[in-house]
Amino acid sequence: MNTTQPSRADTHPDRLRFSLPGLAAGFRACLPVALGVAVYGVLFGLLARQKGLSLMETQSMSLFVFAGASQLIALDLWSVDLPGGLPVVSLIITTLIVNLRHVLMGAALAPVLTRLKPSQAFGSLFFMTDESWALTLGRMVEDSRHKREPDGAFLLGAGLAVYVFWNLSTTLGHVLVRGLDDPAKYGLDFAFTAVFTALLVGLRPRRQDILPLLAATATALACAHLLPGKWYILAGALAGGLTAAFGPTHGDTARQS
Amino acid sequence: MNATDTSFFAASLPSILTISGMALVTYLSRAAGLAVMSRLSVSGRLERFMKAIPGAILASIVSPSALAAGPAEAIATAATAAMAWRSSNLPLAMGVGVATVLVLRYALG
Repeated sequence: MNTTQPSRADTHPDRLRFSLPGLAAGFRACLPVALGVAVYGVLFGLLARQKGLSLMETQSMSLFVFAGASQLIALDLWSVDLPGGLPVVSLIITTLIVNLRHVLMGAALAPVLTRLKPSQAFGSLFFMTDESWALTLGRMVEDSRHKREPDGAFLLGAGLAVYVFWNLSTTLGHVLVRGLDDPAKYGLDFAFTAVFTALLVGLRPRRQDILPLLAATATALACAHLLPGKWYILAGALAGGLTAAFGPTHGDTARQS
Repeated sequence: MNATDTSFFAASLPSILTISGMALVTYLSRAAGLAVMSRLSVSGRLERFMKAIPGAILASIVSPSALAAGPAEAIATAATAAMAWRSSNLPLAMGVGVATVLVLRYALG
């Protein structure tokens, strides 16, 4: 086995700092969103108890899987009364499909993550959610706009904020809460749409980005209508990426030949 | 041992297997992107693909709940975007979006 990579990694000239202030900045930036996530954590804990999952099973899922959408979808499929018992394989495959979008998200953070020690990067990735990913990406864009060196611990800090609130609210939902209002009643369902919209605007799309964004939007809308689960995110992302790769090129990129 | 203890801490073998498997595939999905990218040199089409991915993911996440959920959500998305364009204060943009959707859902029934 060739092990040149770890040794090269330790003397990497381009290494980013991975500091406690960076971690704290990520944690702070993610707090408002983490509070919104907690509403869904309570909902998850509550629904899990109604489905007959023990606190141990429910909490293990939040601690080790830590992926809101796939955990809620798993509850939907969770049934011990089927002839074959719990549908173990379909639960695992569904989880994989729901989470495939993470592959593209992790790849998008590669410019920062490849400049960390592998243990820091792959450790931080355990805590990557849609929310902490989007905030880290926004931060990455802001850092490069201000010609500032990013702090590699931002993703971990943002992820930990979501992790703490998701797990505490899971316990709360399972143990204490006996009834929950619809989050939509307080507009809380829209908090996530608002955050992701603001982050999209924060990317300051340029003219050459418009066509890929339109392709992503149209594909996501069609797939959300036609397919179950979170397929629409993966499909829209691929449509946008492929449009950018194979579509017309503008301005400076078109002029090089 | 009482009944409450057993029901709180109960975990059958199938459920342990399921949760372990879910945890494993979820982590693999989170790690795979970086694992692949750190072995590739990115240029040309792949570079344009990767540069478009962040915006495309964000647009895909929001579009069903922003554009296909109804007029209240569509207008609130526009208000959020306008606020985010003027200032990069994320909690503020979030607050404007939630407040707008609350008012409009009430006003539009």
